[in-house]
Amino acid sequence: MSRVGWYRLLVVAAAVALLEALCLAGVIDKITMQAPHLIARDFYRIIVSGRMNAAIVKTTTNVLAALGLALGVGLVAGVLLHRTRGLRETLDPLFATYYAVPVFAFYPFFIVAFGLGDLPQILIGFMLGVVAMIVNTLNGLDRVPRVLVKTVRTLKLSPPDAALHVTLPAAGPYIVTGVKLAVAYAFIGVIGSEFILSRGGIGYEIGFAYLNFDNATMYPLILLILLASIAINSLLSWWERRLLARRGLR
Amino acid sequence: MAADQVRLRGVGKVFMAGVPPAPLHALGPIDLALRQGEFFAVVGPSGCGKSTLLEVIAGLTPVTEGSVEFEGKPIAGEAPDGIGVVFQEDASLAWLNVADNVGFGLRRLRLPREAKDTRVRKALQLVGLADFATSFPAQLSGGMRQRVCIARTLVMEPRLILLDEPFGALDQQTRLLMGDEVLRLWRQTGATVFLITHALDEATMLADRIGVMSARPGRLIDVVETNWPRERDSRIMEHPEFGAITARLWKTLREESLKTIGRAAGSPSP
Repeated sequence: MSRVGWYRLLVVAAAVALLEALCLAGVIDKITMQAPHLIARDFYRIIVSGRMNAAIVKTTTNVLAALGLALGVGLVAGVLLHRTRGLRETLDPLFATYYAVPVFAFYPFFIVAFGLGDLPQILIGFMLGVVAMIVNTLNGLDRVPRVLVKTVRTLKLSPPDAALHVTLPAAGPYIVTGVKLAVAYAFIGVIGSEFILSRGGIGYEIGFAYLNFDNATMYPLILLILLASIAINSLLSWWERRLLARRGLR
Repeated sequence: MAADQVRLRGVGKVFMAGVPPAPLHALGPIDLALRQGEFFAVVGPSGCGKSTLLEVIAGLTPVTEGSVEFEGKPIAGEAPDGIGVVFQEDASLAWLNVADNVGFGLRRLRLPREAKDTRVRKALQLVGLADFATSFPAQLSGGMRQRVCIARTLVMEPRLILLDEPFGALDQQTRLLMGDEVLRLWRQTGATVFLITHALDEATMLADRIGVMSARPGRLIDVVETNWPRERDSRIMEHPEFGAITARLWKTLREESLKTIGRAAGSPSP
């Protein structure tokens, strides 16, 4: 690990140690928060007992569904919009203001339209992620060097070959940024929706534990989300670094 | 005398430019014949349409007047088989290694894998990059990346190679060495070479004939024969005629270059 990496770890360890000290000293009372060592113990117990497995599977499945839709639709829509200037000029201002609209406000409508199942949660995760993917795909395609477009023509590649083997790889670093954002938004959309109105999932379990003052369940589940987010983000960052390093950009 | 491989008759190009769009006469009329196997260079003031002329021959830009033929067939807005282009900008594919970059254009030819590998290996040897087959472009110098692009063109075995200021981004010493490389490749492949350059000494060193273009709209105002032997390299600069040819190019070009910067011909240099 690099020196900076060790410093980061040290900062996190110091913050956890401070929290531990404050909890043990009674500055933070037990009803507000458990000490970190107790959170870790309960986290281990929840994982080993498997009592949250159904919630974990439900949330993971819904996040993957929302993410898959956001990535697939976002990439295809980005490529198509890049080819249709008029439609793009019409939609660009909407993309620019899209994240000013609280998508969660549509949740009651989704429930009326799609029922209390998983679909409204997947749709919210998808709606949050898809525009990040579209915008970053467009950004990437805009920055494909003109010389590569000319090269494609001199080599007489078919449009699908050109897209798959030249333009999309050239736009790769921007598309990876879109993927990173879409992952984060899919998580936020699905887990956030589970908090509001759902009959299962990690968000629902955290909300249920909160209403019942069940800190022994609530904090370990928060830790679970935290660890999952860090793991996925680290993996994507590693992928991005590898991609950029190969291109001499980092 | 060798047969004409490329023939341009009354070629002109008009772009719509500005707001509101207005016609901009960028090129022509140009009449030119490129002989099979010759090395032809074009020099001209900035913005005179040199690159547009190259793109017209490559089939990347349709003409608005006149006609272009390659080996007797009209070029109609599509890159014909047998023509390879090397651009000034780095056109290597950053996500592929050198060998994959060089073999990239072969994917549409549906050759057996062995045949592809042989052609790639041969092209890499021609440009002196055989030891860098598994390197990525980011690990190479600017000159080496340009050689990757040249190899990617050579692997397609073109009969006409169009070079659009391929050494423009390189330092003077590397340019001279790359010039030697291009001369060697020209002799080995037997292809016709059409070079666009802004460097008069480079044109004089490399070409059999040099076309001088006017300020926009670019027309050919002079064609200079160098009469160099086919076996030559950058040491041709020591030849007593070298300076005289370069001076003739500059004499023709100076007036045109002054027009592009908005100064009258005959006015003293600052």
